Amino acid sequence: MDYLYFPGCTLYTKAKNFDQTARDCSLLLGFQLKELPNWTCCGATFPLATDNIMALLPPSRILARAREEGTTLTTLCSVCFNVIKRTNRLIRNDGDKRDTINNFMETNYQGDLRVLHYLEILKQDVGFPRIQEKMKKPLTGLKAAPYYGCMLLRPFEEMEFDDKEKPTLFEGFLEAMGAEAIDFPYKIECCGSFQSVGSPEVATECGYKILGSAVKNGAEVVVSTCPLCTFNIDHKQADIKQKYLDFKPIPVLYFTQLLGIAMGLDYQTLGFGQNFVDPLPLLKGKGFI
Amino acid sequence: MKRLGVFICHCGVNIAGTVDVKSVAEKTGRVEDVAHSADYIYMCSEPGQQIIREAIRERGLEGVVVACCSPSMHENTFRKAVKSEGMNPYLCEIANIREQCSWVHQKEKTKATEKAEEIILATLEKVRENEKLEAISVSINRSAGVIGGGIAGMTAALDLAEGGYEVLLIEKEQALGGHMTQLSKTFPDLHPALPDLLAKAREIERHPKIDLHCYSEMEDVKGYVGNFELTIRKKATSVDWGRCNGCGLCIRDCPVEYVSPFERGLGVRKAIDLLYPGSVPQKPVIRRDHCRYFHDGSCRKCEEVCPEKAIRFDQQDERIGKKVGAIVVATGFELYPTEQLGEYGYGEIPDVIDGLALERMFSVDGPTQGRIIRPSDGTVPKEIVFIQCVASRDPDRYMPYCSRICCMYTAKQAKIYKEQVPDGQPYIFYMDIRADAKGYEEFLQKTIEEKGLLYLRGRVSRVFQDDGKVRILGVDTLTGKMVEVAADMVVLATAIVPSQGVKDLASKLRATVDRHGFLTEAHIKLYPVESSTKGIYLAGCGQSPKDISDTVSQASATASKIQALLSTDQLLQDPLIAFVDENICSGCGICVEVCPYEAREMNSRRGISVVHSALCQGCGACIAACPNFACELRNSSSVQTLRMLETFV
Ligand SMILES: Cc1cc2nc3c(=O)[nH]c(=O)nc-3n(C[C@H](O)[C@H](O)[C@H](O)COP(=O)(O)OP(=O)(O)OC[C@H]3O[C@@H](n4cnc5c(N)ncnc54)[C@H](O)[C@@H]3O)c2cc1C
Ligand code: SF4
Ligand code: SF4
Repeated sequence: MDYLYFPGCTLYTKAKNFDQTARDCSLLLGFQLKELPNWTCCGATFPLATDNIMALLPPSRILARAREEGTTLTTLCSVCFNVIKRTNRLIRNDGDKRDTINNFMETNYQGDLRVLHYLEILKQDVGFPRIQEKMKKPLTGLKAAPYYGCMLLRPFEEMEFDDKEKPTLFEGFLEAMGAEAIDFPYKIECCGSFQSVGSPEVATECGYKILGSAVKNGAEVVVSTCPLCTFNIDHKQADIKQKYLDFKPIPVLYFTQLLGIAMGLDYQTLGFGQNFVDPLPLLKGKGFI
Repeated sequence: MKRLGVFICHCGVNIAGTVDVKSVAEKTGRVEDVAHSADYIYMCSEPGQQIIREAIRERGLEGVVVACCSPSMHENTFRKAVKSEGMNPYLCEIANIREQCSWVHQKEKTKATEKAEEIILATLEKVRENEKLEAISVSINRSAGVIGGGIAGMTAALDLAEGGYEVLLIEKEQALGGHMTQLSKTFPDLHPALPDLLAKAREIERHPKIDLHCYSEMEDVKGYVGNFELTIRKKATSVDWGRCNGCGLCIRDCPVEYVSPFERGLGVRKAIDLLYPGSVPQKPVIRRDHCRYFHDGSCRKCEEVCPEKAIRFDQQDERIGKKVGAIVVATGFELYPTEQLGEYGYGEIPDVIDGLALERMFSVDGPTQGRIIRPSDGTVPKEIVFIQCVASRDPDRYMPYCSRICCMYTAKQAKIYKEQVPDGQPYIFYMDIRADAKGYEEFLQKTIEEKGLLYLRGRVSRVFQDDGKVRILGVDTLTGKMVEVAADMVVLATAIVPSQGVKDLASKLRATVDRHGFLTEAHIKLYPVESSTKGIYLAGCGQSPKDISDTVSQASATASKIQALLSTDQLLQDPLIAFVDENICSGCGICVEVCPYEAREMNSRRGISVVHSALCQGCGACIAACPNFACELRNSSSVQTLRMLETFV
């Protein structure tokens, strides 16, 4: 089966390793990511003001174009996912806004796409048992902390991703790969999001707390689902270290990178060069590569 | 031909501002059998009623239409007025030209005027065919039943008994008192809860007019106001309470302990035990799910030691029937099931407890003899966080309403804590402080100032365990800062919800509950202690969350309403009910099925259906259902209805 794929801006730049590993893993799992032609930026934030229809246009345009190509749209970045999924829901449920948007864009999109995060495809369509079967190098003994961040989950009633306070989908995925999922209290706290631009110290503090809490609870690696989260908690580890003397950097990987290892992809194709902490010593030590 | 009168009310500008009342009066006055028509600024006022009375007297009217507001407002007023002139009150009808006309058509005055005319003409059709009716008198049982033996039910029962009425009091637990028995000291005066309560309970136990049934539930109810027949299930206590002298030897020797819900999981009870020490009645019950004998037939220690030979392993549930004239539902509250509050870590983190658990700790007869300690390791908490509005005022996810008592009991608990742990620091997360009853604001201010309580206005986002502490992430919206507290203990002020099983009980009683399960009153302002079903009354937290003093006031109000009801032995019922034309009824029985009030019965001897006049509420379901057109509603016959319809079409 094929899925329409909206990469989003960072997947071509800072998160190339996420994009590439996701595509490679999908082939091994028997599905393909069909990149949308002529895609544009998702807008990067879902507008808070209810009359800010302008801000809904970028995601609406993506949705309307995608609908011409198929019925299921997937993304990797949690922020894109959040913006697109919520816009889709709004178009489906709010007739007035739907008409305004369609009239302006000269489209006729009804909100009937299925919008999924890649993790949801793995859970709902592929199924964790299938993933378990595909393991070449099960990640036995790896203590991995699933970091959800907030965009995947909130607002709960709109995202309908998993349990609002105690999600377990990510844990299920890590366990399917044979890893030990580490529960830590900051797993659904915010990474600092766009604060890293205006008030970087806020984001640094978030990163410090999230990674610190994961380490304290025994994590050897923190697993991310989102380029923005990764930017704040991984790429900023140098800043965190400078500000907090007791901070010890830890590998932060995309979940598709771990999946690649576990399914036996050549580690040199997994783009570890873009990760702040080189995970190779850890992965080699565990005998996965 | 009857001589009729039409009286049109202006209702100030409410009607006259939209409907041209003068022209309506003039036009309806021209109808052949209308002998008199008049308009007036306020018909319901004394001079207004005077106009009606005079017209009846001077014009010899035989039927009256008052065109005014809804009949639920003043039908009674005008029927009384015509009655005082010797007219049968059921010959007076209301034409509603306010709610159903002027208010809804304020922008279309001409049309509204036409519609008002039509409504009056239709009502005239009805009055033409109205029969003279007499109220139905029903004899009543001058006693009351009270369901729930918390402070609400106890107060109502005592008031009624003191008023001279027989009272049947049904409590599902083995002892009286409800939640008040779990409390330590109570705001605003900080009196210990138990002594006063137990004094009342003993009075009830001894009262010659009160028939107390603990460990019992109402299983079924039949009948109607004045004549309810209850079936009570007395659950098997496995102890002959008549013999038991309350010595407690069985409790001492019972080898089985289990975690007690009464102690909110912090303490234990024996398999044979009292609900709480010193309970009223002071009689034990064997909890069969915990008792060894009921498990494997062994043990029987209690039986051996009991000096009165009161243990009855073979006791069965017993069903008894009782008759009462009115029923009070005083089933109280429960706390929101904290297990469902994942974000507060309840159930996962032992040092996160709810308000009632803290009350148990503060109680001298409680699991910690009155001392506050951390459940995890028994140490004294030095930093304690109280979180208010947990699951209250949260329309998106939990309960939209305010639970009303949590602001006060949280302040109370923080105060007691500070008195016990002077170097401890309480933090209180709140949304608003609601302290609106007598002395509450003063209590609160004094407590905050004297005890140095730290109030943080904001919500908590996460609670988790960290290095043996409970870490709380939240926000202080007054400073706009995120707050993080590493506390030793967290107390949740969880929402008040109606007790389990109330929906079921309410449907048996044909009383209604709101969407949260609180019993609904007949009118929130004017009939706050009556349910919408006649003869069923409300008191206490089963109706809405409230503190003890409001509960007691409401219970006494309920009791006095019932005393008024029971003050005569005859009750007058509206005669506007269904009747059957015996010549047409084929005895098919469809009406019996359809009647929601069980007011229809087959008379097998005569092969027809009959109406139980005391039960019929005049809803009309049987009239619509009868395939033979054999039933009619008094003064709303099909002929009347069709003629009224013809006026409109
Ligand atoms: C933590 C906490 C602290 C509080 N502190 C204070 C305070 O300091 N001051 C103050 O004024 N108020 C305080 N309150 C409020 C007080 O507890 C209530 O106002 C009071 O208990 C209400 O009494 P009630 O009779 O309506 O309900 P309840 O006390 O709940 O009693 C209801 C009774 O009905 C019984 N029942 C329920 N269903 C049935 C049924 N189907 N059949 C038969 N019986 C049934 C129950 O077993 C119970 O005995 C506090 C409440 C809490 C939770
Ligand atoms: S028979 Fe049951 S109640 Fe009696 S002492 Fe033994 S365990 Fe306790
Ligand atoms: S009118 Fe209603 S209550 Fe009366 S007998 Fe008919 S169905 Fe029953």
